[in-house]
Amino acid sequence: MAQVLIQSLNKKFDEVHVVKDVNLEIRDKEFMVFVGPSGCGKTTTLRMIAGLESITSGQVMIGDTVVNTLPPMDRDIAMVFQNYALYPHMTVYDNMAFGLKMRKFAKDDIRRRVQDAADILDIRDYLHRKPRQLSGGQRQRVALGRAIVRHPRVFLFDEPLSNLDAKLRVQMRIELRKLHERLGTTAVYVTHDQVEAMTLGDRVVVMRDGRVQQVGEPLELYYQPANRFVAGFLGSPAMNFATVRIEADPGGGFVAANEGLRLTVPPRLTDRVGPYAGRELTLGIRPEDLHIADASDPPDLVFDAVVEVIERLGSEALLVMRVGKDAMVASVEPTVPARMRDRLRIAINPERLHAFDMETGAAV
Amino acid sequence: MIEGPLWRKWLFVNIPIILFVFVLLFPFYWMIITTVRPDSELYRPWNAPNYNPFWTWRPTLEHIQYLLEETLFSTWMLNTMLIAGISTIISVICGVFAGYALARLNFPYAAGIGTGIFVTYLVPQTLLFIPLSDIIRNFSLGDTPWALILTYPTFLIPFCTWLMMGYFKAIPKELEECARIDGASRFKAMLYIILPIAVPGILSAGIFAFTLSWNEFIYALVFLSSPEQKTVPVGVTSELIRGDVFFWGPLMAGALLGSIPVALVYSFFVEHYVAGMTGSVKG
Ligand SMILES: Nc1ncnc2c1ncn2[C@@H]1O[C@H](COP(=O)(O)OP(=O)(O)O)[C@@H](O)[C@H]1O
Ligand SMILES: [Mg+2]
Repeated sequence: MAQVLIQSLNKKFDEVHVVKDVNLEIRDKEFMVFVGPSGCGKTTTLRMIAGLESITSGQVMIGDTVVNTLPPMDRDIAMVFQNYALYPHMTVYDNMAFGLKMRKFAKDDIRRRVQDAADILDIRDYLHRKPRQLSGGQRQRVALGRAIVRHPRVFLFDEPLSNLDAKLRVQMRIELRKLHERLGTTAVYVTHDQVEAMTLGDRVVVMRDGRVQQVGEPLELYYQPANRFVAGFLGSPAMNFATVRIEADPGGGFVAANEGLRLTVPPRLTDRVGPYAGRELTLGIRPEDLHIADASDPPDLVFDAVVEVIERLGSEALLVMRVGKDAMVASVEPTVPARMRDRLRIAINPERLHAFDMETGAAV
Repeated sequence: MIEGPLWRKWLFVNIPIILFVFVLLFPFYWMIITTVRPDSELYRPWNAPNYNPFWTWRPTLEHIQYLLEETLFSTWMLNTMLIAGISTIISVICGVFAGYALARLNFPYAAGIGTGIFVTYLVPQTLLFIPLSDIIRNFSLGDTPWALILTYPTFLIPFCTWLMMGYFKAIPKELEECARIDGASRFKAMLYIILPIAVPGILSAGIFAFTLSWNEFIYALVFLSSPEQKTVPVGVTSELIRGDVFFWGPLMAGALLGSIPVALVYSFFVEHYVAGMTGSVKG
């Protein structure tokens, strides 16, 4: 068990700066998820922790040791790769035992550990098969088994579920979480899938273009995104954005308005929105924070929208609407009587209104 | 496969295959029929009334007997086997290591060196044998098997290196990285993980190298002179063609027997060999 400490970490491939000044503290026993669009440097960061990629500048510590120049084998880590990287010429048993053999464990010890891991992952019946005789899900388990037999200090996962079909992915996600509860080993998990990030992580790191955008617990990122990128990346369907102009309201407070809507800025935000009076900023509203207005909604939090598409998903219905020049999605009751081209009155939940600076994208 | 009416399948698949197989196999048939045909039939003029070049009713083993008893054919076979075997082993070992280094170790100019090695393979032997014969003479290796064992790798190593480099590049590098995280040194990862996976590629390289050195002609012709040192291709052609007289029967018998080891090597490894060519290393 160990914490992982990353300080001012940089990686350049020749002149291409891929990981930019990453600072991160991954706590002992924590399940830390790196999430971001593909090409943002998640894998490269993970590989630097593993020792598979050299560090251009900065420092990586595992436990109390600086591991910058330690070879992968001396870092006491285990890694699960996206393509599983099972040794194709070895049986499942030998795949799992390989790391222990390399480290000169006693034969009995090896057998016991492999059996234990096989029990945990429910792969006892395949121990004598070759990887090519296994299904994708079974291979995934073997890859996990190979990682856990050594009882390493840190697990590193690089998109381990992305080769599985959707149903299996959900199932394995749950099992991974259970496995983590059971073993308590510090884990660093890379994914581009925000659902995986939200459901698996104790904490989540959102990355973009090699930079950390925000670190925090999943719901913290969801409810208090640090910037427009994080807000738009997490959540499905994605947050709605609308560019509005801030005007001082003659009756006190501020009004955010554009061609399609005119909303009173909730008191919670007035202090921070104030400096933007007379300028534009970006409003962010999550689909679930929009609903069809009724009499109880204050008229200054309501706007008109034209329904363009209705997606009925069973548990909810998504209304894809046009509001002025912007498209917006609202998540509403599945039985909503709306039809295409209907004009609806939509109300927002003022508690969950976000605002972002136009230039920097930072949350206001 | 091509879908559609039967005649299309015949026109575009079956008939081309049959033609192709015929063209490929006909020389072998000719070799066999000439080997077992008595001299009286072999040298019958084409306009004789009972001229029938494609079949014989009086097969004979006299040419084979002549080849084995009156010539040094069995010595040539042993020489060829020894020379081809040793130079193949040397070349495959060097090719595996060099190919691995070029494919996996990120040293400066690796790509350039790889191309350079391939270019040396393209230099024709008909040019190379001139400087090489000078070297052979300086080291007093002329007319010994070493003259060939040491010169064949000059074209076999580039060949094997190139082939193995391609093969190693096709093996996902995660396998090796995983092994190194698992506690294997670079060398152990290569030994326990990469080499076993590369067996089909290594066999392909070995088979090709063996065939190339088995059939090699120019170096063998230039560097060896005494009959008892010769290899099969040179021995057969130099001892069984005297002036403009071709001893067709023994000549073809020599060709037939000489191709048997190569045929055996092929058929023995064909499963691996085919797998090697398609490079299937999916996990
Ligand atoms: N070995 C490499 N050489 C050069 N560029 C690389 C190398 N590996 C990754 N990159 C580049 O670094 C960037 C980040 O890659 P990566 O860390 O794999 O992204 P992610 O895992 O977030 O999708 C990409 O633009 C990729 O093209
Ligand atoms: Mg990646």
